[in-house]
Amino acid sequence: MKTEHTRHTLSVLVENAAGVLSQVSRLFSRKGYNIESLAVGTTDDPSTSRITIEVMGDDAMMEQLMNQLRKQFSVYSVQELKPERSIRRELVMFKVKAETADVRNEIIQVANIFRASIIDVSIKSLTIALIGDESKAEAMQNLLASFGILELVRTGMVALERGAYTISDERKETTEFNLGKSVL
Amino acid sequence: MKMKCAQIIMECLLEQGVDTVFGYPGGTILNVYDEMELHGYKNKIRHILTAHEQGASHAADGYARSTGKVGVCFATSGPGATNLTTGIATAYMDSSPVVFITCNVSENLIGKDSFQEVDITGITMPITKCNYLVKDPDQLADVIREAFAIARSGRPGPVLIDIAKNVTAATADYEYLPVEQHAAHGRLAAMLRRSSHDLKTPEPDAGDIQRLLDMIAEARKPLVLVGGGVIRSRGAVPEFRRFVETLNAPVASTIMGGGALPGDHPLFTGMIGMHGSHASNLASSECDLLIAVGCRFSDRVATDPETFAKQAKVVQIDIDRSEIDKNVKTHHHIIGDARQVLEQLNKSLPAHDYPQWKKWVFSHEEVPLKKDDILHPHEVLETIQDLTDGKAIIATDVGQHQMWSAQYYHFSRPGQLITSGGFGSMGFGMGAAMGAKLGNPDVPVVLCTGDGGFRMNCNELATIQYYHIPVIVVIFNNRTLGMVRQWQHLIYGERYSQTDLDRGPDFPKLARAYGIQGAQADTQPEFREILKKALDSGEPWVIECAIDKDAMVHPMVSAGTPVTDFLLD
Repeated sequence: MKTEHTRHTLSVLVENAAGVLSQVSRLFSRKGYNIESLAVGTTDDPSTSRITIEVMGDDAMMEQLMNQLRKQFSVYSVQELKPERSIRRELVMFKVKAETADVRNEIIQVANIFRASIIDVSIKSLTIALIGDESKAEAMQNLLASFGILELVRTGMVALERGAYTISDERKETTEFNLGKSVL
Repeated sequence: MKMKCAQIIMECLLEQGVDTVFGYPGGTILNVYDEMELHGYKNKIRHILTAHEQGASHAADGYARSTGKVGVCFATSGPGATNLTTGIATAYMDSSPVVFITCNVSENLIGKDSFQEVDITGITMPITKCNYLVKDPDQLADVIREAFAIARSGRPGPVLIDIAKNVTAATADYEYLPVEQHAAHGRLAAMLRRSSHDLKTPEPDAGDIQRLLDMIAEARKPLVLVGGGVIRSRGAVPEFRRFVETLNAPVASTIMGGGALPGDHPLFTGMIGMHGSHASNLASSECDLLIAVGCRFSDRVATDPETFAKQAKVVQIDIDRSEIDKNVKTHHHIIGDARQVLEQLNKSLPAHDYPQWKKWVFSHEEVPLKKDDILHPHEVLETIQDLTDGKAIIATDVGQHQMWSAQYYHFSRPGQLITSGGFGSMGFGMGAAMGAKLGNPDVPVVLCTGDGGFRMNCNELATIQYYHIPVIVVIFNNRTLGMVRQWQHLIYGERYSQTDLDRGPDFPKLARAYGIQGAQADTQPEFREILKKALDSGEPWVIECAIDKDAMVHPMVSAGTPVTDFLLD
């Protein structure tokens, strides 16, 4: 087991109901873990939501956190998405200062290289939407900083496992947790 | 059948076989209380009106712990609900099944800082297994059924249902549904279909069982550690006794495990941890296999998790997967209900014996018990033990008297020791004893309490007097907060900051003011005589025992240090 703190991505399938998000996020704050990023939205089934949480921690901490999450009645399943077996994306919007045609062109070129899209233009600014992982967003941010970033917003990372597997598939670890579903 | 939701609540309680409810009325819960009169539910369900909501919460908890049934507690919104929180947290920490029903302000007033409005579902989120805010009358019956199922199954625990006042006045369809069919209907059925949770207790994994049997076969110095899980699991105690008697290994207990093995059993080494016996604590660091059943290695047991049982392979048997590796790193675990796991183990466990190891474990001398003119704590407990034939239910508050009760009374069955082990709530005992007595009318119930703890909720004397609940209150009066004083004496240079309780009241006189008999004892013969009279009277009694201010709980290990480093022998 690794004891150094690394970034972990958790995908949590929950009941789409009031109070569930605070129930889930409470577990993190109670144990003193800082959430790096959190994204939530409904799934193809409107009665369930999927929360993607990124958190820094060691292996023992993650184990405990997942155990606690699985105990909640509003939590249907929890999966840790290992970077090598999953795809992670985040949408970042940059509002950049662009007061001359030259600057605008330069920024548009940068956006093209990153395959980002220009989603708003004004006389004084450009707003760019970028989809990618954190390294791509960081690279873009570093480049745009020289033009002057007026505002920046991130959706938080969302992630899915590669291949045909889904969070609901029976797996070794879930079986044991189902056994220990103590709880009901 | 159409009926008012307030009536549906009462009908749902009857479905569950609830016979006693503890509570306190108020503005928002009026409709529910009205049903007791209007449709005569007070004749089917006994309602105990306590002096304070906290007393009601502890009483429902004590009722649940001593009977194994789900306790039920009512309170109104706002302060009524917040007064329950200590009781809810106490039940949560000790896995006691209690359903708390509170009513909130009407939906149109929610979120407007209305009179007596509080977000009680938000407040109790971390101290309940789950909680509900009911705004839809059609969901009410379903929610109550789910709440009871959740409270009692798996690892039991408290559940809170908050109901908006307008819902209690609304009408909805209600059809009687026997408890056995609840899982096939409504929300519960939906939850089970998702298969993320199960009502049935899971079968333990055969491979996991075999691995433990293999580990036992290799062990030379095994130690069994029993916790509250064995007490909560229905029918686990006989299987547990069979298991340890076949294994023939020493057995230590946490405070919550009290009663799993009779206190005078030849394999029993006593309590473990901060106030654990020499035998238990030394055995834990010397054993080569530690089998923990239904125990979560709290900081009062594994005072230093890094060094706890460091020579041993640690095996944890628990129903709650999230307890594994939480406090102490284990080498193996079995997930399941204690009874089922032990049953499986018993099927294939050959008889063992460890004469050398046992000889070593039981060779440790325990603290000699004092015997002179003054009344010593152990003498109080020995007298209770003697006069109740070891059969009484002992409820306690928190502190020195709690440890003495756990050390010196020999518990022989589950539910016999009612104590706030996890949360350590002073003031727990009075309500809990009351609940335990109502649940077990034929068993003597003795509340062992301190002068500090007793004063916290002694208002419930009014309740035991009014309802003729013959609880015998034994106050270990040392005129100080003894346990805190003990720490101040040993660790804080004898600076007794704010722990002296040299102040009123005169306890026997206070009892008499409530219409209860009271007496004071200074010596063991005096105490014996009064207790005998109290037990024979069939009435509630308050007996004040004069205990030396400097009496201490022996042994003691400091928090955060290895269990073998005794600060006090």
